[in-house]
Amino acid sequence: MILDAEVFQITLLSLQISALATGLSLIIGLPFGTLMALGKFPGRSFLLSMVNTGMGLPPVVVGLFVAMMLWRSGPLGDMRLIYTPTAIILAQVVISFPVVTGLTAAALQSLDPRLRLQLYGLGASRMQMIGMLWKEARLPLLAALMAGFGSVISEVGASMMVGGNIRYQTRVLTTAIVLETGKGNFDIAIALGLLLLTITFLVNWALTWIQQRGARK
Amino acid sequence: MTPLVEIRDLLVRRGEHPALQLEHLAIQTGEVLAVVGPNGAGKSTLLLTLARLLKAERGEIRFNGQQASAESDTVYRRRIALVMQDPLLFDASVFDNVGSGLRFRRISRDEIWRKVPLWLERFGVGHLAKRRAGQLSGGEAQRVSLARALVLEPQLLLLDEPFSALDPPTRSHLLDDLGALLKETATTTVFVTHDLPEAAQLAGRMAVIIGNRLRQVGDPEVVFASPTDEEVSGFLIHKARPGDR
Repeated sequence: MILDAEVFQITLLSLQISALATGLSLIIGLPFGTLMALGKFPGRSFLLSMVNTGMGLPPVVVGLFVAMMLWRSGPLGDMRLIYTPTAIILAQVVISFPVVTGLTAAALQSLDPRLRLQLYGLGASRMQMIGMLWKEARLPLLAALMAGFGSVISEVGASMMVGGNIRYQTRVLTTAIVLETGKGNFDIAIALGLLLLTITFLVNWALTWIQQRGARK
Repeated sequence: MTPLVEIRDLLVRRGEHPALQLEHLAIQTGEVLAVVGPNGAGKSTLLLTLARLLKAERGEIRFNGQQASAESDTVYRRRIALVMQDPLLFDASVFDNVGSGLRFRRISRDEIWRKVPLWLERFGVGHLAKRRAGQLSGGEAQRVSLARALVLEPQLLLLDEPFSALDPPTRSHLLDDLGALLKETATTTVFVTHDLPEAAQLAGRMAVIIGNRLRQVGDPEVVFASPTDEEVSGFLIHKARPGDR
């Protein structure tokens, strides 16, 4: 039976893990997506296709891959990360990074290509030009952030495989729902599901509010 | 007197084909040079090359007698300002748009607050300072775009058909205002246009580019009166027909 304090701990851990994973994906995905959108280098189209394919990566496949990497006999086994929150964060970054990268590239490519010339023609440096393009594309970039968060807060396969669903350590909302359903505790599973939906809604509502506030300005 | 810009033996390719071949062109400080020619002749290529947005395969561009390629693109570009056919305003207020180039140059906030309202007033759009760029009419947006360039007090102003998308009355008013401001500030300007009367009104000299080569440069009246060859003459006659403007 899950206690109220435990539900609170699971909820908090879910939010912490998914927020951190989304943040890391943004830190890596924003520059990488920008490079995909603005760069001219051999293999760019191939890389972009890989990223776009990665947007649909099944979480269980990611879980399998990360678990093999972190397994004691695996290449990163010495780091002793398997069945820890860090392992779940790593797996979630692998899931959300292509989402953030692909949507960032699409957002920047949807801008008028002459905008770059105009920015340079007003004396912008390369970094200033990129900063201005991010600002111009801020609404679709926020959508990329929302999609990235949505892809990890709701996934269960990877968290289960690399986190192990250990009580008080790596149990998050989605894995707890699977566990309670398996035990036949449908009422608890439904309550946890509603809690997950509410949290997802609140986070997206806050981001949408910021996005639409930007659109009205 | 050393010209502000001197171009020698320039070759620019876009893809496989030469987009512009130019043996010599000098632009004097304070002059307004109109560049005319048919579509695809190389007019915009000249402008983009002068803005260092296209790389020349061969040749040299001297700025104030100095080899321009000796300095970084950003340092070079901060001496110029480019206005394109579409205003391409940023998704921000009119004030922030006009102040953008100054912010790129890390000009102080006080200086931005001094200069931006002044240039908005000069272009008759001071009352629009707080408005979002997306809420402007075509004429207002182009005025803001010109103010955004001229507030930088550039050594060289590059205009790529800035009036072509405007209706005739709006175009005429803006042309008058811009002509007066360029004269007052003595801003060296290269002005690409399809419109010969526009070129004659604004520019002291006119360059005709046909087939990716510079065919004639001179006082607009002289160019109209004595075209160097039949192709230049044919272009001028073709463009002078009312339906072809």
